[in-house]
Amino acid sequence: MSTRDLTVPVAAPATPWRERLGTMVPILVLAPSLAASFIYVFVFTLWTLYLSLSNSSLMPTYGFVGLDNYASLWANRRWNIAYTNLFLFSGFYIVGSMAIGLLLAILIDQRVRGEAVWRTIFLYPLAVSFVVTGTVWSWLYNPVDGIQAFVRGLGWTDFSFALTANRNTAIYAVIITGIWQSSGFAMALFLAGLRSVDPDLVKAAQIDGASVSRTYRKVILPTIAPIFLAVAVIQIQFAIKTFDLVAALTRGGPGVSTTFPAIYVYDLMFQRGQIGEGAAAAMMMLAALAVVLVPYSLWIAWRRRGEGRNG
Amino acid sequence: MAEIALNAQHDPEAAAAARRYFWRRFLIYAVLALFAVIYLAPLLVVVFNSLREQSDIARNGLISLPRSFRLDAWAQAWGTYCVSGTCEGMKRNFFNSLWMTIPATVISTLLGAMNGYVLSKWRFKGSEILFNLMLLGVFMPGQISLMPWAFLLGKFGLTNSTYGLVLIHVVQGISFTTLFCRNFYVSIPDDLIKAARIDGAGFWRIFRKIILPLSPPILIVTVVWQFTGIWNEYLFGVVFTSGQQQPITAALVALTAGGTTARAYDVMSAAVLIGALPPLLIYLFGGKYFVRGLTQGAIK
Repeated sequence: MSTRDLTVPVAAPATPWRERLGTMVPILVLAPSLAASFIYVFVFTLWTLYLSLSNSSLMPTYGFVGLDNYASLWANRRWNIAYTNLFLFSGFYIVGSMAIGLLLAILIDQRVRGEAVWRTIFLYPLAVSFVVTGTVWSWLYNPVDGIQAFVRGLGWTDFSFALTANRNTAIYAVIITGIWQSSGFAMALFLAGLRSVDPDLVKAAQIDGASVSRTYRKVILPTIAPIFLAVAVIQIQFAIKTFDLVAALTRGGPGVSTTFPAIYVYDLMFQRGQIGEGAAAAMMMLAALAVVLVPYSLWIAWRRRGEGRNG
Repeated sequence: MAEIALNAQHDPEAAAAARRYFWRRFLIYAVLALFAVIYLAPLLVVVFNSLREQSDIARNGLISLPRSFRLDAWAQAWGTYCVSGTCEGMKRNFFNSLWMTIPATVISTLLGAMNGYVLSKWRFKGSEILFNLMLLGVFMPGQISLMPWAFLLGKFGLTNSTYGLVLIHVVQGISFTTLFCRNFYVSIPDDLIKAARIDGAGFWRIFRKIILPLSPPILIVTVVWQFTGIWNEYLFGVVFTSGQQQPITAALVALTAGGTTARAYDVMSAAVLIGALPPLLIYLFGGKYFVRGLTQGAIK
């Protein structure tokens, strides 16, 4: 090794400098992005971690206070509301959008006419921002001008639909809107999965006399099981990062009833000048993502390796 | 279809089967149509309201057919509506978003394509590990980066500016664009690259002559993803800019929050549509390729 290192300068005149520079080009091209990503992922995370252990209030300061911020965060009633909401929202949102997405995907998979049109209709909310969706739905939920007024106008005069006006039901308004926004995305992934199932497998089931629903339950859906997991993981990520939707739809209210972790981080850092505790809340969001994503990526890696060995 | 119908006249069993088939098809289309109505209704409501008179909305509620077609609300929302003191409508925020989104999309896509090219065709020792490290950026919640960005933007003198947001979106976007491009370029046969190298082509020549011409499918995915994602982003916009400098998402929330006057639903509807239009257009033009690319990636 060392002798080779020594011989390089001697051999250098033989390889023109352009060529030697040439071998460096790929690394030079990658370097700026790599540096930026490294700072973004590691330096920023450690930075925020440190802030979460500091006595920062209005401005970042670096006096070390240990886990005080975490203790006061978890003692806070509003943080409890925030993560309870997160669990409630994640559960309904993921199950709801996957159920509707799967239903739509199976229906579209029945060789319907105008498939592209249906798909475009179900998917367009994906292109619209949560801000736009949240704003429009906040109007629809408004009891004076929205859906309630419309149905009452049709003659059903004691119809009641005022989810966002009530502390106990406002979270369901967020859930419904979230499902509306993203079930089309679940549909697209499921549809692609259905299309990837080996047609011979389906034919074999049909020849055996299996009904359509039985074919789906016993043959098709089990083969696309990994897609269920993929969709669920992507949706959990959306749920944990939910900020815009709530900011536009309910602004965390009525009261603090639809506070989410992301909303609370923003409030602590920029409205209340409690940067240390806000950083602690942000770290908890990262922890929640890690709880979901680390096992999932390990599972993916394990499955790939298994495939590599068998294939 | 036609065959089944013909047979039905002769064979009672076939007739029953045809009936069953008909009802099955009917049910499929009925459910699809029901969901299509649910998905399209909010869009139609907003479009209608942007064309209705405010007095009509106040009297008859939001959900009603337009009795008039007027574009006043659009003109107001674009150029003259007052938000917290300034009466310039949404146009400035619209252009803020545009001048943020276009450079950030172009830069992050180009960087992603070059990174993907290196990480798939010019691998070196440790490049897989570096790729996986870059991937972590995909999962980072924006909240983690808020305070560091606030500090850095202050140092660079980029607070409350579109350039600051461009920087943030480029750095955040690199991990996505690199992932998309790298996974696509992996499927380009290595022999193609080897042959070109034997012919004396270097790094850049191979990139321009072989990789780029094969790239449009993945570049469409990347551009659609980045454009819609950056245009629709709200958190960084609301944290790092204010007033005249805000991108349109932040301005929309500020606009619709104003509880000072009676809610001008006509103008707000038009404003919402102005904010939703660019990503919708991008999606309508590139969506087909986008969905194909995205789903292929997710299924792998």
